[in-house]
Amino acid sequence: MATTVESRPATPARGSSKGAGMSEGQKKTWWAVADLVVLLYALVPVLWILSLSFKTTDTITDGNFFPRSWTLDNYAQIFQIGLFTAALRNSIGIALISTVLAVVIGTMAAYAIARLDFPGKKALVGVSLLIAMFPQISLVSPLFDIFRGIGIFDTWLGLILPYITFALPLAIYTLSAFFREIPWELEKAAKMDGATPLQAFRSVIVPLAAPGVFTTAILVFIFCWNDFLFAISLTSTSRSQTATVAIANFTGASQFAEPTGSIAAAAVLLTIPIIVFVLFFQRRIVAGLTSGAVKG
Amino acid sequence: MSIDSGALAASTTQQTEQQGGAHRKGKPALSEGKKAERRLGLLLCAPAAIIMVAVTAYPIVYALWLSFQRYDLRFPADRAFAGFANYAAVLTSEYWWRAFLVTMIITIVSVAIEFVLGLALALVMHRTIVGRGLTRTVVLIPYGIVTVVAAFSWQFAWTPDKGYLAAMLPEGAAPLTGQVSAILLIILAEVWKTTPFMALLLMAGLALVPDDLLKAAQVDGAGPWQRLTRIILPMMKPAILVALLFRTLDAFRVFDNIYILTQGSNGTGSVSMLGYDNLFKAFNLGIGSAISVLIFIAVALIAFLFIKIFGAAAPGSDEGKR
Repeated sequence: MATTVESRPATPARGSSKGAGMSEGQKKTWWAVADLVVLLYALVPVLWILSLSFKTTDTITDGNFFPRSWTLDNYAQIFQIGLFTAALRNSIGIALISTVLAVVIGTMAAYAIARLDFPGKKALVGVSLLIAMFPQISLVSPLFDIFRGIGIFDTWLGLILPYITFALPLAIYTLSAFFREIPWELEKAAKMDGATPLQAFRSVIVPLAAPGVFTTAILVFIFCWNDFLFAISLTSTSRSQTATVAIANFTGASQFAEPTGSIAAAAVLLTIPIIVFVLFFQRRIVAGLTSGAVKG
Repeated sequence: MSIDSGALAASTTQQTEQQGGAHRKGKPALSEGKKAERRLGLLLCAPAAIIMVAVTAYPIVYALWLSFQRYDLRFPADRAFAGFANYAAVLTSEYWWRAFLVTMIITIVSVAIEFVLGLALALVMHRTIVGRGLTRTVVLIPYGIVTVVAAFSWQFAWTPDKGYLAAMLPEGAAPLTGQVSAILLIILAEVWKTTPFMALLLMAGLALVPDDLLKAAQVDGAGPWQRLTRIILPMMKPAILVALLFRTLDAFRVFDNIYILTQGSNGTGSVSMLGYDNLFKAFNLGIGSAISVLIFIAVALIAFLFIKIFGAAAPGSDEGKR
């Protein structure tokens, strides 16, 4: 019915909420301004830390948004501190291992939830939902005591376990949402051709599900990369301390040295993988974030 | 809780029925194939279930047990049953109530601001006619950036003599050292980081509002505000409630921003800061566990209120019912 009454120019549908009396050009300008606000909102704090990381020691406290004199010393410096290099290695290793394990385990569970009929499915969905809402601080005291008791306090495993646990609800929801979009006739065809359910899973579904799995892996990696509470509570030495904790503990070379430059440089390095993911996989990340939460 | 994964199954049955009833015959109770399916289902879910239960359920039960003991890490030999003494100590302490109040204020104010800003941001991303891909890309930066990194950016920005934001304030102002101003800055840091996430969830809800309906309403004389409050928001209600539920529980856990921005000084600590400080500064596992259990109960109550009173459907629960 909308089409019969639609005697206005063909395009006003898009910007109509603001555009009653505006020309096409005005509307474009209006939206460009809105976009610019969003752009500044998202980028200013990031540019500020980037700017700090290039400032020299004597200009770092000048309060200017852009550096007056540029240097790479801050970056050189953090790699001279063995602490940060070790922490970066820990961060990358722990986040990658946790991501792989969480995605593998989550894929198995999500496939079962999306496709198979078995007792306890409700319970599993319920448990993952509870964990998504779980206050992580509640686990810090008991895990601290348990992990010391069984000897995995301050180890990679001691962080990987909680990371997998809290990544699993995210993985299971996102993946089962993706799995529901897959053309399942193909699986059936494979079964008719004599494949067992497991074979059908491996050779038909896995390739089809790869994009969803990949998206989930990005989201899980971002989650592990971001963690601070577990990392600062369940580690104590450079053996397993992650980069977020190392940055928070930076104090500068001596008591009077200013750690701002080092912190800023390390912060920029931690941000690079995020920027890369966002630039290359924007569409996937948006799809992944929204699919699990608000379908139906 | 109203978790209903039956709906998940329902959508798959629908799909299979569409294919002309070629569905495996389910009548003979538990055929071989059915049994194999059950076995495979349990097998595939087992690792996820075991890890999730081992790392959350077991420790929380252990925390409950510890919370009834006197257990100071500096005097491990004095460990003894203490009844409700730890809870009494926490619940009569002004630190707990101040932290609780601060946490509630941060949670309520930041979620409220995030909702309004997130809705505006969602509308921009959903409707903009220029640079749609660009806006959707840049808003992912606050979402993805490490909270500690963002917190440092804000901390430096508000530090007198160092920051560009502090430079705009009157001489001598040190906003991170006053209780009210510091809490406002913590809220600002939270809002900046998580509004995009809220906006993305809301945008997914916006996509479910049919354009035709809005056009028809416009033709019938509904203004932009009426269209928003009478059509868009009601139709987005499920998405809104899910976004609010998740953000509220997430905000209640606030820790990273406070740790970096103020270290919880000047009465800006949240309950998570309190739990952390208790363990690593007071080394008291008994009290720390009592705090853990109280926070767990508070979060469970918030989730319960959302789901029962506001009728927020847990994500996944009404999937496929559209």
